[in-house]
Amino acid sequence: MTTGTASTTEQPHAQPEPGRTAGLGTLLGSVGGQNLSLVGALAVVLVLFGSLNGNYLSWENIQVIAEAVTIAGLLAVVQTVVIICGGLDISVGSQAGLASVVSAMAFTSTGSSALLGIGAAVLVGGAVGLLNGIVIIYGRVNPTIATLAGLAAYKGVAQLVSAGRAQGYVLNDPLFIFLSRGKIAGLPTMVWILILVAVGVHVLLKYTDIGRNIYAIGGNDTAARLAGINLNKYLVSVYALTGTVAAVAGVLLTARTGSGQPVSGSEGLELQSITAAALGGCALKGGKGGVGGTLLAVALLGALQNGLTIQGINSFWQNVAQGLLLVGAVVIQQRRNRERAIGLPA
Amino acid sequence: MTALDLSPADAPPSGLAAERVAKSFGSVQALQGVTLHFPSGQVTALMGENGAGKSTLLRILTGDHRPSEGRVLLDGTPLDLASPIDARRAGIRIIPQEPEIIPHVSVAENVYVGSLPRRSGRRLDRAELRRRITADLARLGFDKVLDPDLLGSELTAAQRQLVEILRALTGEVQTRAIAFDEPTSSLSEHEVEALFALIGRLRDQGIAVIYVSHRMKEIFRLADRIAVLRDGALSGVLQAAETDERELVRLMVGRDMSSLFVRQDVATDEVVLDVRGLTTDDVHDVSLQVRAGEVVALAGLIGAGRSELALALAGDAPIRSGEIRLGGRLLRLRSPKDAIRAGLGLAPEERKAQALFLQRTIRDNTSLVSLDRLSRWRFVRRRDERALAQEYTDRLRVRAPSIEAEARTLSGGNQQKVVLARWLARRPQLLILDEPTRGVDIGAKAEIYQIIADLARAGSAVLVISSELPEVLGLADRVVVMQNGRVTGELGRAQASEEAVLALAMTDDLAGAPRTEPDTPTGVSR
Repeated sequence: MTTGTASTTEQPHAQPEPGRTAGLGTLLGSVGGQNLSLVGALAVVLVLFGSLNGNYLSWENIQVIAEAVTIAGLLAVVQTVVIICGGLDISVGSQAGLASVVSAMAFTSTGSSALLGIGAAVLVGGAVGLLNGIVIIYGRVNPTIATLAGLAAYKGVAQLVSAGRAQGYVLNDPLFIFLSRGKIAGLPTMVWILILVAVGVHVLLKYTDIGRNIYAIGGNDTAARLAGINLNKYLVSVYALTGTVAAVAGVLLTARTGSGQPVSGSEGLELQSITAAALGGCALKGGKGGVGGTLLAVALLGALQNGLTIQGINSFWQNVAQGLLLVGAVVIQQRRNRERAIGLPA
Repeated sequence: MTALDLSPADAPPSGLAAERVAKSFGSVQALQGVTLHFPSGQVTALMGENGAGKSTLLRILTGDHRPSEGRVLLDGTPLDLASPIDARRAGIRIIPQEPEIIPHVSVAENVYVGSLPRRSGRRLDRAELRRRITADLARLGFDKVLDPDLLGSELTAAQRQLVEILRALTGEVQTRAIAFDEPTSSLSEHEVEALFALIGRLRDQGIAVIYVSHRMKEIFRLADRIAVLRDGALSGVLQAAETDERELVRLMVGRDMSSLFVRQDVATDEVVLDVRGLTTDDVHDVSLQVRAGEVVALAGLIGAGRSELALALAGDAPIRSGEIRLGGRLLRLRSPKDAIRAGLGLAPEERKAQALFLQRTIRDNTSLVSLDRLSRWRFVRRRDERALAQEYTDRLRVRAPSIEAEARTLSGGNQQKVVLARWLARRPQLLILDEPTRGVDIGAKAEIYQIIADLARAGSAVLVISSELPEVLGLADRVVVMQNGRVTGELGRAQASEEAVLALAMTDDLAGAPRTEPDTPTGVSR
């Protein structure tokens, strides 16, 4: 964990209010200066909808928000890693959908073994992610194109194996019920899973040499290669990790809805995950970003969506809002880079 | 005499001029009150250390930046340049180091891009395009050097510059002033000759030529006048015929150059690097040795295969045949990782493109190749990492607010020191430095020479690639010379002279000719 001293020496400016409690100070310190604007935006959203509707800030509703963002949050966390490497994975939603179907079908066909169902889903997810990585690295296919193909193909596979219908019913199994409705220390199990994955990825990125090398690859791949980093190994592994975490998200989707969903529930998750990562400060050219910013952005998106729903605003507007946020985030990023407005952006 | 050029009593002076031009970026004053005239029909060289303000002045003259104060005049008339397009309309062009070339279309289309001849509708008139390019190439004397049908992606660095020059000279607006920004840095010797001939002709046509370069010899060969900038101000304007290198260096840095090199004799007999018959796609049958405590310079012209050899030694190019031994052990290099593990380090030629992580901190940049030693169970020990980065940042005197400063905020010299710190921290047996002082100001150069000397004294073997002959001669215990991917000779410190190195560097070109006195074969040796 970050110690108070470490974060103060690194980013003294990130602690605007040293008078607050040590916990908050450390939190702000690890959040970093750039993300303070996200905290601000989140506060505005919370205050705005909180004043419009008294129930918005209730503990129950906050749990609803947290549960609603879990699946997108998991994908956003791994998307962050992919983007830091300089790649992109727009097939994460389809991977989650495929894993959801696989988990339910394997559950049913193994005579209701939740562990085998989950295991099969995770295996398939890892394999699909590995395939993405191999196509990109050894097929030399641009990551956007390769995963765009994956977006279509994995969705198609999920629809084929499920004949396009929701599969099985899993909420007669205690493990799936625990995943879906259980709580640990007052927090929903799903949220704990997101926290677990996020902390794991955060530690990986910030405290291990693996993380340093991932940032190096995204920052300057030639320099990374000449510094002795095995680019192929890292990139393929990152895509495999993405597939694995997408599969976990797919399992949670199954648990939430009670059955394996080939498309519904997973469609559009790629957009949400990329939006969250970009809003959270990931540079789309790679080399920059972090889990903290992404999670804040996930929270902001979730709070916004929930608020709009509570206010009874047409859900189509939510799509518009999300599109605007993604473009806005990138425009702000590029302005900060002072990129000159000539031709296609880098 | 410069300021007097602009005295209002005279008839409006012909050419391009900056008048009391100042520019600040935030709190940084990049230029202050520069008044400088670039007369028509003369080559004015612009010199100065990195950060002296050359690029800023050039950008203001060519419309890329707006001056905070002062103005730009052409033939005595003030211009209001809001963009490079305005400058072009006024007849002011810049030939950048890396011109923008469209890769998938022909030279002809690249030249006339934006004003391509069209037939009815929007269709390209290929016949007219062919007529125009043939006529223009012949008129400018490029018909032998540039094939108009080549694709943009097939062009060499020199040809790319030629295309940019053609764009400047074939436009509808008559070019009045043309600026070259370090044009020879990526050119071969023959190409340099062609460029110089062209610049001579531009001058004779009455165009004001601005020539930015670090290379003294080129400047004395080409320039009529030499303007020197220091710390954003004009430190002097001299007639080229009336000055010498020493005076220019003094104007640039305020001190003499002779004290830059460190002379010592610490080479041992212990062979650290032993290369025998190394052949890759780019180098052929190369054998060379570097001993502990020895500094060996790899000299040669651009394109001699020196950087390619360095990359092969660093494990980044497939080896076809031959052997590399380091400290007596035979290396099997499949990737840079193998070379680093074996104890070899390479600070490559292109600092920013090949070595630095500009968005990362000095600490990250320094520790990168030592992470395996700084980690336990893959967790980086942050305290050790900070200590290591701090130690080498201090030792190499990297000027930065702290080791948490991002590499992009540093000057070229300090960035190079960060790259050196990365490798010194790893303590390699052999360190290869490819153009370690390119684009580095003279103060930092002296420090880098000292670092190299210290490294040798500590018993490391050092292989330095440099295109600057004074540097080669000043640094090296031994000089190995290459041409066309082969080693053409080796000179001890006593035998090494500029002439001897150049003769070996051009062995192939001189073959057939009597080998006695290489009769000023190119501009480099004058």
